[in-house]
Amino acid sequence: MIDKLMARYRNDYLSLFLRLFTYLCAGITICVLVFLLAYILIMGIPNITLDQFAWTYTAENVSMLPAIVNTVIMTFFALLIALPLGIFSAIYLVEYAKKGSKLVILVRLTTETLSGIPSIVYGLFGFLLFVLFFGWGYSILAGAFTMAIMILPLIMRTTEEALKAVPDSFREGSFGLGAGKVRTVFRVVLPLAVPGIAAGVILGIGRIVGETAALIYTAGTVAGIPEGLLNSGRTLAIHMYALLSEGLYIKQAYATAVVLLAMVVGINFLSGYISKKLTKGM
Amino acid sequence: MMQLREQIMKIVFLLSACSSILSVVLICLFLFANGIPTIFNIGIDDFLFGVNWKPLNDLFGILPMIIGSIYVTAGAIIIGVPIGIVTAIYLVFFCSARTSRMLKPVVDLLAGIPSIVYGFFGLVVIVPILQQMFGGSGKGVLTASILLGIMILPTIIGISEAALRAVPASYYEGALALGASHERSVFFVVLPAAKSGVLAAIVLGVGRAIGETMAVIMVAGNQAVIPDSFMSGVRTMTANIVLEMGYASGMHREALIATSVVLFVFILLINLTFSVIKGKKKL
Repeated sequence: MIDKLMARYRNDYLSLFLRLFTYLCAGITICVLVFLLAYILIMGIPNITLDQFAWTYTAENVSMLPAIVNTVIMTFFALLIALPLGIFSAIYLVEYAKKGSKLVILVRLTTETLSGIPSIVYGLFGFLLFVLFFGWGYSILAGAFTMAIMILPLIMRTTEEALKAVPDSFREGSFGLGAGKVRTVFRVVLPLAVPGIAAGVILGIGRIVGETAALIYTAGTVAGIPEGLLNSGRTLAIHMYALLSEGLYIKQAYATAVVLLAMVVGINFLSGYISKKLTKGM
Repeated sequence: MMQLREQIMKIVFLLSACSSILSVVLICLFLFANGIPTIFNIGIDDFLFGVNWKPLNDLFGILPMIIGSIYVTAGAIIIGVPIGIVTAIYLVFFCSARTSRMLKPVVDLLAGIPSIVYGFFGLVVIVPILQQMFGGSGKGVLTASILLGIMILPTIIGISEAALRAVPASYYEGALALGASHERSVFFVVLPAAKSGVLAAIVLGVGRAIGETMAVIMVAGNQAVIPDSFMSGVRTMTANIVLEMGYASGMHREALIATSVVLFVFILLINLTFSVIKGKKKL
């Protein structure tokens, strides 16, 4: 094997070097990922105990179940806000707006800006606007609004792509049958775009589940399940941060990392599956 | 009746489309309205170029944090960019289509892992290794750079891969026909042709690295002083905000918001660079 390689590259060591360098870099990338996943799984799985899934949080069991419930609640409300806004704006951009109008350019510019803003800036903004200015305090509601703004560009972009992928003949057919624009959009175009939108939504869920910096100062770090939307409650990622910064619960942090990873891997897999199905259907 | 419904829905769609504009306006308004007066209160010079961050003594100089952010971002770029770009080259030119299809979701997964999990990984794996190698706490510029380098890999790989695939096959074939080896054709003809896409990938990587918070505070040591070696502790602007916002009040809190204004301006500049590069590519 090595002899063969040497023979092939006898007069061209640079090519040999480039080939080996390529293998090395790809190897590093793959090794890092495999090592990261394997390390957390191997160290974490033995640390998962049943009392970490107790219904109420105490300093002894350090249960992550309330945090998981909070994550679900947070995701639900963030989507409840972001989904209609994102889908409706995408509908406006694709179906209504004239190409190249000033508003469209402005919307594109702002969505691009939004998707580049770091999560801590969202967190600080949410803290200033929702927690202090609106006086909601650290609350699920403040967190959900912050998250909604954060995933808005993602939902908009994926919906836009999905709507654009619907062939014009469907719209023309619908108009030809006498349907109005609104009816065409809701009955004909949107249903066809659902898989594309779903893939985007799932990616958005992934971002919410993994988010920490934007939620610490909006949703707060209270460990239990909140009684109402205006109470504070920490999501799983914040739960993990709290465990790490207290420094006493390293084992529980391992277990939480496993659960977080499992959620994110599941979400990624689902999104990949949906978009694969989508491309096959086209 | 139907006319009315059409009109109402059109307005609803239009208003929704304005939500992203409204969000950006609100973010700018709240950050700048709170931050900029503070910067002037402290004094632009004392704030941006002050080397002492001692909130208890009313000293709010964020130069150590600005330099810290720049150091770890530069480190992340030095570590992450070559590996990322060459991995993208591997995915496009050095492996079978099947391997490439298998590896791509794995790289995407790397992008989906929450930053707190990366931080944890850095804390329990990278920190002890560097501690053994260099002594000291193991937390510092190098540790943060390595971790961020790993974290920006998926961004770099994804965008460079798309850029490499967009280069017409005739470039590669032409190089081969002129007698260049496969490796030389890829590295000296195709890669330069994909330059603007690769550059966009780097800029986006910079954006991710400079904005990263939770992973960095786990491994950077967080001392608010200008680091004097690659192993000394460092605090980034993002870390400064997260670490102290919890208990800050009055002027201290205002100074933290002002820190985020500086960070925000950095990000806007990076975004601008990115759109300029992307705009050029289309021409």
